[in-house]
Amino acid sequence: MTSDLRVRETTAAAEEVRPTAPVVTGIGVTAPNGLGTEAWWRATLAGVSGIRPPARFDASGYPAKLAGEVPGFDAAEHIPSRLLPSTDHMTRLALTAAAEALDDCGATPDDLGDFGAGVVTAASAGGFEFGQRELQALWSKGGQYVSAYQSYAWFYAVNSGQISIRHGLRGPSGVVVTEQAGGLDAVGQARRQLRKGSRLIVTGGVDGALCPWGWTAQLTGGRMSTVDDPARAYLPFDAAASGHVPGEGGALLTLEDPAFARERGARVYGAFAGYAATFDPAPGTGGEPGLRRAAELALADAGLTAHHIDVVFADAAGVPELDRQEAEAITGLFGARGVPVTAPKTMTGRLAAGGGSLDLAAALLSVRDGVIPPTVHVDRLADGIALDLVREAREHPVGAALVLARGHGGFNAAAVVTAAA
Amino acid sequence: MTATAVRHKNNLKGTEMELKELTGLLRECAGVDEGVDLDGDVIDTPFAELGYDSLAVLQTTGHIEREYGITLSDDTVAEAETPRMLLGFINESLTAAGRAA
Repeated sequence: MTSDLRVRETTAAAEEVRPTAPVVTGIGVTAPNGLGTEAWWRATLAGVSGIRPPARFDASGYPAKLAGEVPGFDAAEHIPSRLLPSTDHMTRLALTAAAEALDDCGATPDDLGDFGAGVVTAASAGGFEFGQRELQALWSKGGQYVSAYQSYAWFYAVNSGQISIRHGLRGPSGVVVTEQAGGLDAVGQARRQLRKGSRLIVTGGVDGALCPWGWTAQLTGGRMSTVDDPARAYLPFDAAASGHVPGEGGALLTLEDPAFARERGARVYGAFAGYAATFDPAPGTGGEPGLRRAAELALADAGLTAHHIDVVFADAAGVPELDRQEAEAITGLFGARGVPVTAPKTMTGRLAAGGGSLDLAAALLSVRDGVIPPTVHVDRLADGIALDLVREAREHPVGAALVLARGHGGFNAAAVVTAAA
Repeated sequence: MTATAVRHKNNLKGTEMELKELTGLLRECAGVDEGVDLDGDVIDTPFAELGYDSLAVLQTTGHIEREYGITLSDDTVAEAETPRMLLGFINESLTAAGRAA
């Protein structure tokens, strides 16, 4: 395919996006390779990895020794003192990302009205680090020593609640729990709320459980890499793939009704043009995994075809069998090496509910800047993986991107973002 | 060493807790809302106006119960709408604990 043809199709994608598609007007990021959207994006384009031994607990005695930990985060700099005693680390990261996204979108409380804006986030485990501390207090010292804030600080819906309260967003809110697919599923749910009349929804995921309890729970899943070289531990699609490195953080977005965004003159990153979710067939029944179907449905939902897509952000499990299934889904739709594919999460680790939304943020900035972020550390594709994997930032007009995410337990989600109509 | 720690150290059951000590404990257990001056004349200001919900008060009274070896019923805590009312309940318990000691 020539680049001229690619440019023409890129233009076509923007023209075909439905004007009713919701738009993203604000982005907030807390990621292992950068705190704040622009710091993270610069690091991502430069291929800077945030995978290293975690600083907040000593992982050296565990089989898995590496994590993606958000660097230089001083909670007191970002979170009011009133909220410090009641929040888990990942909620503080979420509040920081939400404040950045809302500031970035420029909407005022007057614009939003009393009930015009809500919050839909994704979560996986809730506040594990907070929960571990309080459960330790319970069994070592007694119930009197357990924080009253344990009642909600470890609850998986806590980020939606805290963001809603802090910013006075009293419209429809909720939480989606579909593991790694959640970062896309939350935005799909936010779109439903816009269709029902909301003006703006703060949505996406910021997650993390980098503490001994979270670590032990994740180890039982059997998908964590036990390789201790930060450059070799998480190698999706590589012949040496050995599982993934878990990380913390993610992205929150402001998703807006397009008419409302136009009316208030908002700067628009792009449109959330298509979305779909599927389940895998029951284990042992032998059906095809649901990822390809999710991608096809998301494209159809956007009114586009595979030819319009300029880049695919892969789920990138890092587990050989799952990598093979994803590569087959992508080549089934686009042909062998038929579309650039990237996995910037090789720089952050897998962020559970934060992963899909951080990829959405990357896709939107790819549209803005005409550049595809790289997949790092992967140097030799496994046999049978016929992907055009982007290994260094690639200048390339991006009119439409497909983002894929899979959650443990059979969840699949796909989203299409495009330049604004 | 803070006043709280000194009191705890000496286990001064039977003496009265004053506003300054209570606001110090609120600050320590539940933080302070921006725009609230806890050092001002707040003894009759409702906790809600000071930015403290019932859970913040519960978090603080739980700490006081542990550190001072007293028991405050949940109903008591819920009834205390101002620092003066809460101090009344706390000092009643401290006096009772002092008599028992």
